[in-house]
Amino acid sequence: MQISITVNGKAYSHDIEPRMSLVEYLREILNLTGTHIGCDTSGCGACTINIDGVAAKSCTLLAVQANGASITTIEGMAKGNELHPIQEAFKEHHGLQCGFCTPGMVMTAADILKNNPSPNEMEIRHGLEGNFCRCTGYHNIVKSIQHAAEKMNS
Amino acid sequence: MGQFIGKAVKRREDARFLKGAGTYTDDIKLPQMAHTAFVRSPYAHAKVIDIRIKKAQEADGVIAVYTGNDGCGEYGVPCGWQVDFKNGDTMREPMHPLLVKNKVKHVGEAVAIVVANTLAQARDAAELVEVDYEEMEAVTCPKKAMDEGAPIVHDDWPDNASFDWCIGNDRTAVEEALANAHHVTEIKYRNQRVAPNAMEPRSYIADYNVNDDKWTLYTSTQNPHLIRLLLCAFVLGIPEHKVRVVSKDVGGGFGSKIYHYTEEALLTWISKEIGRPVKWTSDRSEAFLTDAQGRDHMVESKMGFDKDGNIVAHLTDEYCAMGAYLSTFAPAVPTYLHGTLFQGVYTTPLIHLNVVAPFTHTVAVDAYRGAGRPEATYLLERIISKAAKEMDMDPAALRLKNFIPPFDGVNEPGYQTQVALQYDSGNYHATLKRGLEMVGYEDFRKKQEDARKSGKLLGIGISTYIEGCGIAPSAVVGALGARAGLYEVGQVRVQPTGKVSVFTGSHSHGQGHETVFAQFVADKLGIPMDDVIIEHGDTDQVAFGMGTYGSRSLSVGGSAIIKSIEKILEKGAKIAAHKLEAAEKDLEYAEGKWTVKGTDKSISFGDVSLTAYVPHDYPEGLEPGLDFSSFYDPSNFTYPFGTHIAVVEVDAETGKVDLQRFIACDDVGNVMNPMIVDGQIHGGVAQGIGQALLEEVIFDNTGQMISGSYMDYALPRADDLPMIETDRTVTPCPHNPLGVKGAGEAGAIGSTPAVVNAVVDALAHLGVTDIQMPLTPQRVWRAMQQ
Repeated sequence: MQISITVNGKAYSHDIEPRMSLVEYLREILNLTGTHIGCDTSGCGACTINIDGVAAKSCTLLAVQANGASITTIEGMAKGNELHPIQEAFKEHHGLQCGFCTPGMVMTAADILKNNPSPNEMEIRHGLEGNFCRCTGYHNIVKSIQHAAEKMNS
Repeated sequence: MGQFIGKAVKRREDARFLKGAGTYTDDIKLPQMAHTAFVRSPYAHAKVIDIRIKKAQEADGVIAVYTGNDGCGEYGVPCGWQVDFKNGDTMREPMHPLLVKNKVKHVGEAVAIVVANTLAQARDAAELVEVDYEEMEAVTCPKKAMDEGAPIVHDDWPDNASFDWCIGNDRTAVEEALANAHHVTEIKYRNQRVAPNAMEPRSYIADYNVNDDKWTLYTSTQNPHLIRLLLCAFVLGIPEHKVRVVSKDVGGGFGSKIYHYTEEALLTWISKEIGRPVKWTSDRSEAFLTDAQGRDHMVESKMGFDKDGNIVAHLTDEYCAMGAYLSTFAPAVPTYLHGTLFQGVYTTPLIHLNVVAPFTHTVAVDAYRGAGRPEATYLLERIISKAAKEMDMDPAALRLKNFIPPFDGVNEPGYQTQVALQYDSGNYHATLKRGLEMVGYEDFRKKQEDARKSGKLLGIGISTYIEGCGIAPSAVVGALGARAGLYEVGQVRVQPTGKVSVFTGSHSHGQGHETVFAQFVADKLGIPMDDVIIEHGDTDQVAFGMGTYGSRSLSVGGSAIIKSIEKILEKGAKIAAHKLEAAEKDLEYAEGKWTVKGTDKSISFGDVSLTAYVPHDYPEGLEPGLDFSSFYDPSNFTYPFGTHIAVVEVDAETGKVDLQRFIACDDVGNVMNPMIVDGQIHGGVAQGIGQALLEEVIFDNTGQMISGSYMDYALPRADDLPMIETDRTVTPCPHNPLGVKGAGEAGAIGSTPAVVNAVVDALAHLGVTDIQMPLTPQRVWRAMQQ
């Protein structure tokens, strides 16, 4: 099937198998390997992207469902070498270790802060429910998002 | 101590990870790369009657289909440790085939592999492989596996035992002391099986180049050189010097990526067969079924006390599952990494542990964060808290009474345990006192009493752990059954411009070595951190290495680098003396330059480096170049310790545990980067809490894993955990140059019993003395009703 899709501001058009998942399309066809696959049941959130302004797990969407959509992936968050404030906060507060869940965490954090610019700790923790991290115990991820919120609000 | 050591330097690896620019194995695409899908057994125990592959072979895009009847079926992966029976009989070690021919022994065991042009084609064709099985009864519980008449895992050994081993004092003496003890506390439980769950599933690409007759294996491993050695010398018999193993960015390991797995050997074999690169990436379901798992001990233990509460003896019997095959480190985990920690932080004079290690119809058990030490700590810290309750003593006071007195390992000797090891240095009182202060122990007890009056169930749990890490020295681990040495390699190559490349055999899969190692190298050489780069994870770049596990990177790998820096400075001084026309003994090295003492005559590190590579005016007889490699084999393990305290409230209606506070006061020796040490503690604590409250791998009575996905296996989520309150005491390690002990596993080792002790404490007045992990609301509620 033919799809047209905008990813990180760039327009693409491809003929793909209808069964291809969106994450596979991003990783294998567009070579945007920052979006990761950590499970097969939509449980881990490593594949989280933003599609038309909403965070979504790209392993559970077919690429054809994204036809006509505008998508932001982790590769679209920084402006050149200038990190997004959320990325900057993760670096500053050691919000990542192995880095595998990190793209999904950053994309989810952006969604949390878009909907609630000043979340409290519990609101952040609830917002991260769909994203697993096995390295950090979430402690520094929560801290990073708190600091990102402060910075983005100032 | 320096400009960078001890500072919370931000991580240099973060830039690529935060931008999605890391290179995990599955991110790599090679030209002409083929893809694979496995056909795995749906049964835990079954005869393979027939495998029909014709339809798959003829399917679109299929390059090849292999079964155990092909050449690869002759190969198997070996075990890296040998733990013999206490009567001297040799450990039973089954062949672990790359593909099974006759009999499958756990759900998920591979019987065939399909190789195709695309992943979708491989998966489609795998569906077309038809396998006839004859299902048999299975056993998954390590204790039941030893019952008379239990289903047999390997026909050669009908009793299912891999080994039966013991450590400590004479059993009779321990039994006598228990018989004469004033009080004996008993405990019986299962330290349940858990799944490591590194977020990156395992992934391998094997690439055989026919023109060069060389292989490259890209693999998500914690120890690329060990994989190369095992793959070449012990599995496929291919020449080690023609194999390059690359393990660039790895998304977490926690032990599960130490081992040499069948899939990486099979792919290496296939790549030569088809003359193309070939990839396999596990999905999460396969990860649950095939990644080595952790714990799974059945435990019965007795601890005896005199009338004053002093421990007089400790006797334990355990059944520890090995799974269907022996994974690389598996036999060491319930023995040398477990029994050797039964002294804990206590002066127990008589200790005996017996371990029976049966095969079970399950995926293998091996080292998972802490590896044997969390299991030892759980036992000691549960039984001592249970004893305190039974003897009506305060659990902190009972611990303090039995602690080994402080010793620094320099002025006072190390502490010789009853279970083989000699502790390096320790001050267990200090971390407990600080932990109690942090939690406000006295105030909490008052608050708890008041809360009980109003029906609120508050509890506090203490755990005072010790662990042995930085595993080494080679002679000791050799005596303990390791088939390899456990040193580390560190090469420091000073480039002609004075920039420094460090090649380490340690491997980072989240620990931040690229930053932390650069911190101490820059300090020791007195140069900017930007002038230092840390290279790891490529056997063509790094001379050799034993990899990262057992919290060994800094204490063993870091020390190897320090040794090389010493050699650099020694040679550098000769060059400097020549250039400055001074005697070596008159030079001092500081801030990146050699200075003639008492003068302003000096030469910089950069100028000496250039001279070493452009030796026109050079000391006679000295070789050019400035590049040294060292193998560091430490004289002992290191022994971090600490106190973890949990505060919980149990919902009286539902049994749900609310973990309100978690305090960790750890002593990991000297600290290179406090931000990273805190991060390691946070992550370890979260995994330990996960085991206490949420996680369990469950098999049904046919051997099916019924917790094999994230819909079923309860990994801790952000809202299951509180912020973790950390602090430290510092008792340097006396036997390595950095004075470091290791921080990778401490969190996972100390935390689990603290949480369970807290829940039992909350319910103690209801008569609850024990609850089986994980403490799900259902289990806690049932305990409250009984």
